[in-house]
Amino acid sequence: MTYVAVKGGEFAIVNSHKLIAEARRGDLKFGELSLGQIREQFGLAVDRVMVEGSVYDPDLASLALKQAQGDALEAIFLLRAYRTTLPRIAISEPLETANISLRRRISAAFKDLPGGQVLGPTYDYTHRLLDFRLAADGDVERQQAEVADVPLDTAMPRVLDILGDEGLIEPELANRNPTEPVFDLTREPTVFPAGRDQRMQNLARGDEGFLLGLAYSTTRGYGGAHPFVGEIRMGEVAVVIVPDELGFAIEIGEITVTECQMINQFRGSETAPPQFTRGYGLSFGECERKTLAMALVDRALRSRELGEPVRYPAQDEEFVLSHSDSIEAVGLVSHYKLPHYVDFQAELQLVRQLRAEYEASQPNEAAE
Amino acid sequence: MTDRIELDPDESAYNFAYLDEQTKRMIRRSLLKALSIPGYQVPFGGREMPLAYGWGTGGIQVTASVIGPDDQLKVIDQGADDTTNAVSIRRFFEIVGDIRTTERTADATVIQTRHRIPEAPLKEGQVLVYQVPQPEPLRNLEPRETETRKMHAYSEYGPTQVTLYEDIARFGHIAKTYDYPVIVNGRHLMSPSPIPKFDNPKMQDCPAIQLFGAGREKRIYAIPPYTSVRSLDFDDHPFEVQTWKGCCALCGSTASYLDEVITDDKGSRMFVCSDTDFCKTRQASAPQGSGQRR
Repeated sequence: MTYVAVKGGEFAIVNSHKLIAEARRGDLKFGELSLGQIREQFGLAVDRVMVEGSVYDPDLASLALKQAQGDALEAIFLLRAYRTTLPRIAISEPLETANISLRRRISAAFKDLPGGQVLGPTYDYTHRLLDFRLAADGDVERQQAEVADVPLDTAMPRVLDILGDEGLIEPELANRNPTEPVFDLTREPTVFPAGRDQRMQNLARGDEGFLLGLAYSTTRGYGGAHPFVGEIRMGEVAVVIVPDELGFAIEIGEITVTECQMINQFRGSETAPPQFTRGYGLSFGECERKTLAMALVDRALRSRELGEPVRYPAQDEEFVLSHSDSIEAVGLVSHYKLPHYVDFQAELQLVRQLRAEYEASQPNEAAE
Repeated sequence: MTDRIELDPDESAYNFAYLDEQTKRMIRRSLLKALSIPGYQVPFGGREMPLAYGWGTGGIQVTASVIGPDDQLKVIDQGADDTTNAVSIRRFFEIVGDIRTTERTADATVIQTRHRIPEAPLKEGQVLVYQVPQPEPLRNLEPRETETRKMHAYSEYGPTQVTLYEDIARFGHIAKTYDYPVIVNGRHLMSPSPIPKFDNPKMQDCPAIQLFGAGREKRIYAIPPYTSVRSLDFDDHPFEVQTWKGCCALCGSTASYLDEVITDDKGSRMFVCSDTDFCKTRQASAPQGSGQRR
């Protein structure tokens, strides 16, 4: 019998790195992926990495995806680790999504409304049939969408504002003092009870799958939600900052965002009349599934504030906020792969001892 | 490993109406069971479909299982033939089944619907297929399937009646507006799918077959023709449906379910029939210039 040392030597680690580099590159018969190809053709993957990595940089997100062999969580991890080294130059003014250059805008609450329904790029009405034409290398017929004769209406009133004018939906109120700085999840420790700013940041960076599952549970009996998509907007919006040295607002660029306003039923409470309530979601890029889930979970997390009983996981702030971050979750779950010889030896000893005591305490059945 | 990724670009042949014949047979057997026990939710081996769960996968599976080459299919969403999801599902059956489609309620043999029952009365020989997101009428009272199944077995429907009573105690009337629970054939509590309660009376003694498919939840249920469908209520608070003050701005109907259309951001709005075929038929037969806007 041979004794096999299971300690990871330096040589083993270096070799393991070479092995993933080899696996990442794959068969050399195929061309190397360029960052441009990833950014342009895997745009939705890039957008997810940007949101959960919380850096708006499609090129960096493409690099992260390439390095991570397309694994979203690993790419998010790479981006997060990079962002933490960046200095905080400024905090932008709130985005004005009323002035968005729309590519998509839909409402499920009204059949038609000023500005109209704008389908934009969506997989919603594709039949999920594999398109074997895409398997043909390179020679796929290039398709281009028809351009409308008239540009989109510049006046695109928010659906929730229309309901607000009638007093049918709760007013949009910031539940914090506007002179106080916004909570910064990346610089301050989590505190409970959490303000909505902290919750929204957590949800924006939270794992899409986890939030989706929670959002699903609220509509399936574990949360009693009755949601309507008031409005989804996707498009480009200006980022504005007010530098201290200038004292006035300047536009520093444009980013793509997806915004979801969810309308939820509310029967009223001791202090509030019956009305609709809001759930909100916002993401970088095109991340509609994420913002929908975010808006549903945001609404569920407002249960306490609205005087509803907190009975289900999605309504439990501590449960949701503590477990939604994929990087934190991966960290602890994967750490179990690390050596635990010492603690395990201690447990092993204890179980052997308890076992011996248990057996000694049993009546001797052979005597009967 | 091969040099190229080999996939045949022509490999796009699907079976008639997409599903394979064994699956259709399994679904038809579930449908027969569902018709034999009106309102009872029959579990079935739901398949993954080429559209998202919640977008009509249950309805599509039911339609695909009952439809034949001689049928004429109508698909509505919110009552309308021209809404995106209805268009998409109709196209799906045109592609995978070469199935004739129609927008006319009277001409259709199979009608797949989301959230509405057509205004025009249905007749014998027609099949109405409902897309159902949540088949379990007790789900919001009790999230656990193990419990709700017992409640159905014992006809333990008191808690549902109590939620309606709570509305009356609080608001003076029942506040449930859609997905209004019904008792089918005097026995099973059933979700009518999220149709407005306005449509509930159309289910009662209907000459057409009504089939309900919930794809994500993998349940099928049914109402055979001429079956009693009673909406829950109280003697002193009888079941009532929605009404509107005005009429449809396009066809003038006062008897149909109306949708609100916002026309500007200053609070102007108009009301139009949600059933587009019903509205168009009325407009075509109405004298010219009588309140028409199209």
